[in-house]
Amino acid sequence: MKIGVPKEIHEGERRVATTPDVVTQLSKLGFSVAVEAGAGAAASYSDEAYAAAGCEIVKSAKDLWKNSDIILKVRAPEGQEAKMLNSGQTLISFLWPAQNPDLLKDLTDRGVTAIAMDSIPRISRAQKMDALSSMANIGGYRAVVEAAQHFGRFFTGQITAAGKVPPAKVLVIGAGVAGLAAIGAAKSMGAIVRSFDTRPEVKEQIESMDAEFLMLDFEDEDGSGEGGYAKVMSDEFIKAEMALFAEQAKDVDIIITTALIPGKPAPRLITADMVASMKNGSVVVDLAAEQGGNCELTVAGKVVERDGVSIIGYTDLPSRLAAQASQLYGTNLRHLLTDMTPEKDGEIIVDFDDEVVRGATVCTGGETTWPPPAPKLSAAPKKAEPAPAPVVVNEKKSVAGPIIATAVGALALLGLGAVAPPSFMAHFTVFVLACFVGYMVIWNVSPALHTPLMSVTNAISSIIVIGALIQISSADSMIKWIAVFTLLITSINIAGGFAVTRRMLEMFRK
Amino acid sequence: MISAGIVTVSYIAATILFILALGGLSNQETARQGNWYGIIGMTIALLATVFGVVTQNYVELMAALLVGGSIGLLLAKRVQMTEMPELVAILHSLVGLAAVMVGYANFMDASVHFSGIDLTIHDIETYIGILIGAVTFSGSVIAFGKLSGRIGGKPLTLPGRHLFNLGLLIAAIWFGREFVIESAAGGGMTPLMIMTAIALIFGIHMVMAIGGADMPVVVSMLNSYSGWAASATGFMLNNDLLIVTGALVGSSGAILSYIMCRAMNRKFLSVIAGGFGTGGGTTASSGGGEDQGEVVPISADETAELLANAKEVMIIPGYGMAVAQAQHIVFEITSTLRAQGVNVRFGIHPVAGRMPGHMNVLLAEAKVPYDIVFEMDEINEDFPDVDVSVVIGANDIVNPSALDEPDSPIAGMPVLECWKGKTSIVLKRSMATGYAGVQNPLFFKENTRMLFGDAKETLEAVFKAL
Repeated sequence: MKIGVPKEIHEGERRVATTPDVVTQLSKLGFSVAVEAGAGAAASYSDEAYAAAGCEIVKSAKDLWKNSDIILKVRAPEGQEAKMLNSGQTLISFLWPAQNPDLLKDLTDRGVTAIAMDSIPRISRAQKMDALSSMANIGGYRAVVEAAQHFGRFFTGQITAAGKVPPAKVLVIGAGVAGLAAIGAAKSMGAIVRSFDTRPEVKEQIESMDAEFLMLDFEDEDGSGEGGYAKVMSDEFIKAEMALFAEQAKDVDIIITTALIPGKPAPRLITADMVASMKNGSVVVDLAAEQGGNCELTVAGKVVERDGVSIIGYTDLPSRLAAQASQLYGTNLRHLLTDMTPEKDGEIIVDFDDEVVRGATVCTGGETTWPPPAPKLSAAPKKAEPAPAPVVVNEKKSVAGPIIATAVGALALLGLGAVAPPSFMAHFTVFVLACFVGYMVIWNVSPALHTPLMSVTNAISSIIVIGALIQISSADSMIKWIAVFTLLITSINIAGGFAVTRRMLEMFRK
Repeated sequence: MISAGIVTVSYIAATILFILALGGLSNQETARQGNWYGIIGMTIALLATVFGVVTQNYVELMAALLVGGSIGLLLAKRVQMTEMPELVAILHSLVGLAAVMVGYANFMDASVHFSGIDLTIHDIETYIGILIGAVTFSGSVIAFGKLSGRIGGKPLTLPGRHLFNLGLLIAAIWFGREFVIESAAGGGMTPLMIMTAIALIFGIHMVMAIGGADMPVVVSMLNSYSGWAASATGFMLNNDLLIVTGALVGSSGAILSYIMCRAMNRKFLSVIAGGFGTGGGTTASSGGGEDQGEVVPISADETAELLANAKEVMIIPGYGMAVAQAQHIVFEITSTLRAQGVNVRFGIHPVAGRMPGHMNVLLAEAKVPYDIVFEMDEINEDFPDVDVSVVIGANDIVNPSALDEPDSPIAGMPVLECWKGKTSIVLKRSMATGYAGVQNPLFFKENTRMLFGDAKETLEAVFKAL
């Protein structure tokens, strides 16, 4: 099948849906790839590079759309683009079907198979195709770069001959993929990073990046919604959250907000008052600008300055890192195509039994197939709990057991004491005490030394040699020879046991 | 000839030194010193007895000591570290045999006279000493055979074996009564011999019924028995040094057995009763095997790449590492990775290998520094931070079904939770199940990669790729 990659026509869009590297991989799957002339120019991929990777360079966009079986794009088709699609063609790009119902209807009517990269289910197997995550990652990184651009000071703290430079303090709100990428980037530039998220389970992730997790003094409310995304929180929670942000705003130099709730406008987290309370020269980067912004003052796509604070509302952060974004997006597409081409013969199969393909396909053969049925969990659901009832009965420990055992032990000891002569009882005392000493000593032995312990106790238990020595002077030659034999085997044990213990212990080195 | 008082004082000194020797094993620094305490204690006890008790036959005494000592030293020098369990088992058998010999010699010694209750007690002591000694002896010989592969590792499960054992026990008690009665009349040799035969059979049967991976329990249990045998001999000879030392060794072995059983979440009695994996639970869980999913194999080169890019690596060795003699190449890989700044650590399960602490000794032999070798309890919580776990020839000790499946035969056994890390690489020869006969869901997890082949050869390939 023939893959066509047109030039993106959205204004300011620099990304391209494939790169020369990815083209090489696609050819291995049996596809032939055509690229519109100049498609990769904005992302620093030249037509020559594509040609060298085996691409056909097509001058006219119209020809490309007409002659391709599969169209790979970044942005959803706009303007004339969708009109060029015909029945039987496949389109793979970001589509946002919920936000673009008209486009979805148009594509359906045209009989196109449309696969939305934004609708790839969030399951482990599909991580390699998750373009939202790879773009969010780039966005988070770029947000820090943009912040650094508008921030008039160092990120890192330094002590120089010209004076001391305090490190910048960065607050990252929302620790999803973008937030974590921002934390990593800001941290590696030397800033002090704090982060907040409504989902308590990301605390560990934040701390693993060496950032500080801001705790909210609030009763446990879990902000995790379906598929690992956040959900809307209660009013009291939001109040406590806002108080925390107001307090932090006075202290930090840079705020990066990444808070999004699927299918909802972005929550308002940073008010105009908070911005006013920030130091002059501070920066707010709002990654949610496209969905209305986390900051009240954000203007989508622009940088505005209010009260000496720069508020960055760029909505094209991944596109600002076009070469990287194209590479990752192209690889996401390639993974998807790999899964859809099981025979590696260049023929894609839209297999609705494949959960990933099912989830991402929004229309095919004239029918709208969006939204998909609820995703199955990637882990096989637990089988019905086996009836635990019979086990429970066994688990219940009887109190009577130990009491009876103690009573029997005590009676046995009393019985022994009643009949045994004093000489025996003296030895018996020694025996019992020795058992206790052994018990105390052995529990302290390091588990790593259990083998040496066994070999040394083995050597020590050869103290039985004393018995043989007592008997060796016997006048009875039979007893004497038995004793000599015993002496022989126990001395093997003594020498062998101690020597091998020594040998082992010599090997334990730091 | 030194006086009896001096002998007693020497014995006390020896007792204290033995306690110090065991106490020294609490860590690696003091352990070497502890071993010397043990040697000094033994020397003092020997010298005191030789000069305080022995009156003649010095030539035979010296000859036996020298010959035996040389054999022992030679054995200790020659033995491979992977063969340690066998050596320990065969040494146990010698203690058991010695206890039997001393018991018989003592019984035959006409110069010792007791009467009344003293005689009864003395007879019982002799009887018990020989009984434990004989069980230790035959049990250890079989354990040696199993560990060295001369006898198959499969548990021998005779029909009605519990009844058989019970019968042997009752017979032993009955002959004990006979022995006490006959001994009072001046005889008693016949019941004593019959009992010895019964004890020997019991020892053989007991260890035959126990399978390969339960060996840590058996070895430590025999260790314990050898101590009790010495203690019983001490009672017979009215010798406190023997009683104390035997009790020390006996409780040491008992605690080890307990630790091992706890590490497998099994009752001591059920291990001893033998025949693991024959219960109803096995069939129930093996039925759920078909929807396990598929395993993802990995090549040695990819393994090397994963390891080189990791920050935290955990190596989990099992008996397979000992079989393949792979500990040296493991160390080479470890030191290469550590030189590259990768934090490599080892996680050891208490029952990994065929005797307590087996893995630690093998790693020590390969010069792995002991401060990067950790026990399961120390390290289990760290797995979420681990990038790559390498499981070398282990199976049941990393089986998640021990925690997830209440009807699994190994349910409740503590395991190393390597699947909580980012990636696990499992080195295995084939997809065969482990000793417990349970399929391991770890192999089918998404973050698990299988590296098939002989552990030593594949690790050498990994090392080259590094």
